[in-house]
Amino acid sequence: MAEEHKEIDAMSGTPTTGHEWDGLRELNTPLPRWWLWLFYITIIWSIGYWIVYPAWPLLTNSTQGVFGYHTRSAVADDLEALKQQRGPMVEKLASASLSSIVADPQLLDFARAQGRVAFADNCAPCHGSGGGGAKGYPNLNDDDWLYGGKLEDILRTIKFGVRATDPNSRTGSMPAFGRDGILKPDQISLVADYVRSLSGLPAEPGADLAAGKKIFADNCVVCHGPEGKGNREVGAPNLTDKIWLYGSDKQTIMEGLRIGRGNIMPAWGGRLSESTIKALTVYVHTFGGGEK
Amino acid sequence: MTAQVRMMSIDQPAPGAPALVQLVAEAEIGSAPPDDDIPLYAPRREIYPQSVHGWFRNIKWAVLVVTLAIYYLLPFVRWDRGPNAPSQAVLIDFPSRRFYFFFIEIWPQEVYYLTGLLIIAAIVLFLMNAIAGRVWCGYLCPQTVWTDLFFAIERLVEGDRREHMLRDVRKWTVATYARKGIKHFLWLMVAWWTGGAWVLYFADAPTLVKELATGEAPFVAYVWIGILTFTTYSLAGQMREQVCLYMCPWPRIQAALTDEHALNVTYRYDRGEPRCSAKKAEQLRSHGQPAGDCVDCLQCVHVCPTGVDIRGGANLGCIQCGLCIDACDAIMRKLGRATGLIAYDTDLNIKQRIEGKPAFYKFVRTRTALYAAIIAVVGGIMLYTLATRDSEGITVIHDRNPMYVRLTDGALRNGYTIRIVNKQLKSRDFIVSIAGLPSTLVDFVGLPPRADGRQLVTVGPDQTREVRVVVTDYSSTPPPPSTSILFRLIDIDTGETAEMRDHFFGP
Repeated sequence: MAEEHKEIDAMSGTPTTGHEWDGLRELNTPLPRWWLWLFYITIIWSIGYWIVYPAWPLLTNSTQGVFGYHTRSAVADDLEALKQQRGPMVEKLASASLSSIVADPQLLDFARAQGRVAFADNCAPCHGSGGGGAKGYPNLNDDDWLYGGKLEDILRTIKFGVRATDPNSRTGSMPAFGRDGILKPDQISLVADYVRSLSGLPAEPGADLAAGKKIFADNCVVCHGPEGKGNREVGAPNLTDKIWLYGSDKQTIMEGLRIGRGNIMPAWGGRLSESTIKALTVYVHTFGGGEK
Repeated sequence: MTAQVRMMSIDQPAPGAPALVQLVAEAEIGSAPPDDDIPLYAPRREIYPQSVHGWFRNIKWAVLVVTLAIYYLLPFVRWDRGPNAPSQAVLIDFPSRRFYFFFIEIWPQEVYYLTGLLIIAAIVLFLMNAIAGRVWCGYLCPQTVWTDLFFAIERLVEGDRREHMLRDVRKWTVATYARKGIKHFLWLMVAWWTGGAWVLYFADAPTLVKELATGEAPFVAYVWIGILTFTTYSLAGQMREQVCLYMCPWPRIQAALTDEHALNVTYRYDRGEPRCSAKKAEQLRSHGQPAGDCVDCLQCVHVCPTGVDIRGGANLGCIQCGLCIDACDAIMRKLGRATGLIAYDTDLNIKQRIEGKPAFYKFVRTRTALYAAIIAVVGGIMLYTLATRDSEGITVIHDRNPMYVRLTDGALRNGYTIRIVNKQLKSRDFIVSIAGLPSTLVDFVGLPPRADGRQLVTVGPDQTREVRVVVTDYSSTPPPPSTSILFRLIDIDTGETAEMRDHFFGP
């Protein structure tokens, strides 16, 4: 080995490796010493790293390291520290009544900040990032509430859900008048014309509103009331206002009459803490549509 | 070889002292490198600046004392701002995001004042350069001031130039080591004090001093003291003139910015050549031959903190501190010759004198007038904005989702988040009015209305407050898809207003 490496390149005066390809020889330019030393230091460093941190995979686990460091427990520590930091305000939020939260500016700001995050995590997929809603998912910013817009009403809806599995859940759904054979297609058309007229929407030419009113009185007033003002006990919407959950065109109203309506809101009681539900309640209430 | 040549030019053997010169040369440049090892970089030449007395030295002492006194003592100056703000005259308060400077308080969004200050600083630098060259480098630069202080300590402990050099090249004794140890200890103490003063600008100084002394200060304070100790010790103690020669960009920029009328520390070669002893000059002159006023005593080189020979003309290493002027003037006085062989002057004037014309100095030139004008304009704008800036502010963010809300009665509603800024050090009450829509109802979420139905927003001293506002439009005609509206913030006590435009959206 040593003999081979002694060959010196005439041009540069540098030793060669002894390798040759078609007359081209490879010069043996050694690494800078400082570079080599850094390389050795990194090796020593890595041995120290194996000892103090989790490193080597074993059959069911890995070596644990003398520092006892674990990324999962580090996150848990951080979360615990955060909990400690927020503790007093969270406790205050959990014990205060909804009306006193809204009356206390500091607590209100805290509740809205907590509520904003909880809303984005849990509610935004259906109701939109700002509670703007979508077809079939109520807009939480307006002043129209199916089950009530007071703080206590909103809290109950969030906690137990709508048509959810919880026994305290909000109930009531629009029957499928068409599919179940209660109303015939021409009756559905008549009542749809009448329902549109309730909120002042223009009727189709030649629509028989009197016939529609008769069908409405026979089938719909149980939930929607004689004047179509709705009933919050069963979540029956007010048909005389300008807000339509699914749409105000005749086709959409007829579709509701044919196949019924009954979207579900999950009960959040078991999943979110009491203080988080309170924060969400206050946050939704302060979108602007909350009732006093 | 280059090293040998430089040695010859700087320390030419004076008759009668060859051994000493050899020693001095070795101390300054070390022994020449062997021929077969060509170094990639020129070795550093150790500089032993000699002490000097005179006009410019006095200016430098005064600047040193004043600037260092400001730096070390300013954090302790108190300034009463009332109970709602710190009472430190100059404070960079990172946790509260405020900068206090006597009667001025700067919020983070007003950082453009810093931009203005930087512009003024740059142009003042240019103006100084256009008038008298590297005034900044010679007198005011922190590198110069601290290096000067470190030189003073070095001379105090190790003796003046000659004594120090001789001790360095002779066999080192225990006393030599002791002197070096004391010098480095003192240097480190100054460096440590420099770092300690630095952190005092970021917290209440008396409290922090107490905490530092008892070991209760935040960890980051010790880290910064360590960093500043290291940089001060290495820059002023170890690197010295190399910072000016190799690291600092200003000498390069300065050379490009200067012109023929800018005063520079200049060797007036119009006072004759060759340079020789007084006796030889007399001989030459008696034979009708020319002789210079310079006696080649090399005092100008020995006192130079960057090791420059100014007689070679203006050069990059010269920081123009004027110490060579002091040294030369002292010699000229002893010889009974006119002072000012080295002086602040221009090449142009030297040529004028050689041609027998009078020297002239032209301070008002296009560039100096322009620099002064820029300084006046930028300074004026800054003063004006500072004097007339609002003590309150409002920003408005429209809801992203939903853009608008239809209410049961058909009215339209838009939601906004407004942030109200109160820059005064007392709590203030505001009302916010909205103009631009014919018939609106404005509700500030969570604020109880007063007797007259208006909702007051109270913002604490030196704070901001975020409030949600819902605006409902009851106009009978539907508004266009977008209406420009104006949020006006009014202080109910003083009537001061601040405004912000936004939009009201509809379908």
